[in-house]
Amino acid sequence: MALLEVKNLEVQFALRNGALTALRDVSFSLERGDRLGIVGESGAGKSVAAFAILNLISKPGSISNGEVLFEGQDLSKISAEALRDIRGNKISMIFQDPMMTLNPVLTIGDQMVECLQAHRNISSSDARAIALQKLQQVQIPSPDKRLDAYPHELSGGMRQRVIIAIALLLDPAIIIADEPTTALDVTIQAEIMELLISLCEFNNVGLILITHDLGVVSQVTQRTIVMYAGRIIEQGPTREIINDAQHPYTQGLINALPQQTIPGQRLNQIRGSMPSLDAIPNGCAFNPRCDYTLDACFTQLPSYVRSGGCSVACHMVAQQQADLNHD
Amino acid sequence: MIAFLIKRTLQAIVVMFIISVISFSIQDQLGDPLREMVGQSVSEAERQALRDELGLNDPFITQYLRFAGKALQGDLGNSYFYKEPALSVILNKLPATLELVFGATIIIMFLSVPLGVYAAINPKSLLSSFIMGISIVGISIPVFLTAIFSIYFFSIHLGWLPSFGRGETVHMFGSWNTGYLTADGFRHLVLPCLSLASIMLPLFIRLIRSEMIEVLQSEYVKFAWAKGLKRRRIWFLHALKNTMLPVITVGGVQIGTMVAYTILTETVFQWPGMGFIFLEAVNRVDTPLLVAFLIVVGAIFVITNTLVDLIYGLVNPTVKLAGKG
Amino acid sequence: MSEETLAAPAPVTGWQKFKQSHLYYSFVSSKVAMVSFAVFAVYVVLAILAPLIAPYNPYDLAMLDIMDSEIPPVWQPDGEDRFFLGTDAQGRDMLSTILYGTRISLMIGICAVILQAFIGIVVGLCAGYFGGKIDNLLMRIADIQLSFSTLMVAIVVLAVFQAAFGAERYSELALPMLILVIGIAEWPQYARTVRATVLAEKHKEYVDAARVMGFRPMRIMVRHILPNSLSPILVISTVQVANAIISEASLSFLGLGMPVSEPSLGSLISSGFDYIFSGSWWITTIPAIVLVLLVLVMNLLGDWLRDVLNPKLNKG
Repeated sequence: MALLEVKNLEVQFALRNGALTALRDVSFSLERGDRLGIVGESGAGKSVAAFAILNLISKPGSISNGEVLFEGQDLSKISAEALRDIRGNKISMIFQDPMMTLNPVLTIGDQMVECLQAHRNISSSDARAIALQKLQQVQIPSPDKRLDAYPHELSGGMRQRVIIAIALLLDPAIIIADEPTTALDVTIQAEIMELLISLCEFNNVGLILITHDLGVVSQVTQRTIVMYAGRIIEQGPTREIINDAQHPYTQGLINALPQQTIPGQRLNQIRGSMPSLDAIPNGCAFNPRCDYTLDACFTQLPSYVRSGGCSVACHMVAQQQADLNHD
Repeated sequence: MIAFLIKRTLQAIVVMFIISVISFSIQDQLGDPLREMVGQSVSEAERQALRDELGLNDPFITQYLRFAGKALQGDLGNSYFYKEPALSVILNKLPATLELVFGATIIIMFLSVPLGVYAAINPKSLLSSFIMGISIVGISIPVFLTAIFSIYFFSIHLGWLPSFGRGETVHMFGSWNTGYLTADGFRHLVLPCLSLASIMLPLFIRLIRSEMIEVLQSEYVKFAWAKGLKRRRIWFLHALKNTMLPVITVGGVQIGTMVAYTILTETVFQWPGMGFIFLEAVNRVDTPLLVAFLIVVGAIFVITNTLVDLIYGLVNPTVKLAGKG
Repeated sequence: MSEETLAAPAPVTGWQKFKQSHLYYSFVSSKVAMVSFAVFAVYVVLAILAPLIAPYNPYDLAMLDIMDSEIPPVWQPDGEDRFFLGTDAQGRDMLSTILYGTRISLMIGICAVILQAFIGIVVGLCAGYFGGKIDNLLMRIADIQLSFSTLMVAIVVLAVFQAAFGAERYSELALPMLILVIGIAEWPQYARTVRATVLAEKHKEYVDAARVMGFRPMRIMVRHILPNSLSPILVISTVQVANAIISEASLSFLGLGMPVSEPSLGSLISSGFDYIFSGSWWITTIPAIVLVLLVLVMNLLGDWLRDVLNPKLNKG
């Protein structure tokens, strides 16, 4: 049994003129110490998937189908108290913008100690000691001064280090990091990412890294999920996805990387843009932008087929597999 | 902290200065001390002589400085009507007004926070809809109407509560007679305080609710949930502290409005406070009393505004009050 | 080269565009908004038509008969057919007086808000666009003015004017004075909002583009930046009209507003105050209900507008 197993997860937003499906049939798993990347454009559903694991989707959204099994328990169905026990404790999250994530009117120390005290019976001084230790692990200078500081007194990079420290406070089994470096200065993005990865390795913590940056994913993760318009369209070992992407969308993403372009030439863009949730085309959501469409692409939702080590939702790939099998 | 206090004190002095100039101009244009001093039959030449003697024909600046000098010593002239020092007339009535404001403030503070927070946490519940419905009706009814109709229902119709005056008061010290310590005085306080609170209470309920709803959707509150904190802590520490910041600011501004509303309330209830006296002074063109009222109210404004800013600076760590960072 | 004439698409009129807009959709799905707007429209129509539909002219002193005073509304035992809502202490027909009173209250409210908005928008545009010392100075003044409540300032100013001019002269000037005082007292709200929008828009590319093309600041401000701040201005305005009407009513109640001879709803309520306890409740109560209902629907509309135009709530 995997540490975390998400099965057929579906998330819907109940709006005035009907329900919008933000996540459809999302399934993946994670073992302890694994590093999984979730990539896709803005609006593809990556963050929704991340929040759904801890059942943190804000109204009017909710999990409408599927299971989120952590150590056997279905997080989407347990009681609020049981869920509280998991959040911040066994599964932590790191949000995107460190300025907005920390409460501006409380000290760093308060926000760290409260996390410890919410899950363990521990005195303030003991909690403070642990907090200090974690701050040292994330390489923050003069950590005891920082504990009494307010968020606005720290730089962006330091704040994100604090948040990483908070995520590690209770020695969780999994950390979900939602675009942890996007809001930071380009100069420190690499630093912070490296810190996060090394700490996860050191503590044998599973990491789900959500990002739109394929470059980061290729360096950091062992397996990758590619999302498009609320669905997983390709999933598999990162190496394979980067070197031998099957789905036309993934191929498009890889080709669009600046490293793939010959200097002097235009960047390879995928034409068109991802549809919004209320205007998803019939059949495969990618069909308006795809150069390899078959008839089925316009009418039928593609199901997952295995191609190499990857699972792909594409009619063309399915067709290729079928042809291969016939031979 | 020191820098802040110095800055605000300077600002206060500037504002008081402007108020004093305006007050003096009013005094100069409207007031005529001669009217009260001499009768009709005195000749014009004698009047002019008297004016010269009193310094009333001196240039504006000189007269102003004289006025300011006396004001700083507490002498704002004598009320035409009461024939007593204007400042002491006003200050005698101050406790009555303050007790009214105090009662209303207590009602507002202790009701608006719980009701506003509840309506924010459970926005769709029946009770919340009820609270918000009453609130919007509440802000649509002017203070004096609430006052009038509360008298009509509770006083005339039901006979539960008295309809005017302060009732029995107990002498505390100086000129302060309090109505809070006697049953009769307390009963007299109920309707006026409720009326005064009636328009500001719904205002604060709505404000707290809307601020809290916004705060509850913020990233840091979401992060607090993700950390697995108990919901009490999330609501009443993380969310509430951030909610109260703009409420404090608005509260400061509303104090000024409250003073205006006391004038209305005192008029309806014939409550012998500053506001009531002020209106009498207007009707009688009792200029020294008018001017004294302006200066006292101006001082109250300035002091309370400074206090509110100070409190805000202490509560909000992102305001560089103490000169840190 | 021949030009092919393509079939022109059906012209979309302004009204059709509006009907498809989010605003219209929200409006027709909100019963509260529709009812409030309808009630408000009724008020406006009645106010405008008051001289035509009022059964009597309440300002015509010759028509008043003191024997007609304090007659209750028609549904009461002593009521009379010719005075549908009864008469006041001077024998004036309540219905007519209320119609004219609503007209005056609405006129003061709307004119005062137009004045506030004008001053506030101009100041806000200048402060936001020019920045620097001008911005600092203007906003400092706005802050100080905001900390003095409108009602208090209005009471003081009007009291002084009344003392200076005497009651007679003052009555003649009451209407413009009220509009002026309420108008000048509340501009800071508008200024702040517009300034915030200007600051946000100032850094957008279209402003740079306009500047590069050599447009004068005024043109950029009015034609390009101002339309973007219309939403918040609209929201503030509805509530401000409601507040202005309440302020005017309060001032009239204190005797500092419209005189009893040319009453607004507030002065009507005030004149009836003494009579409510002696039994003639309708002199105060009926104008009170009219006033509260008007202010209530404006507040409801303002609330609804704020929710609809709130950009944060429009996420798909």
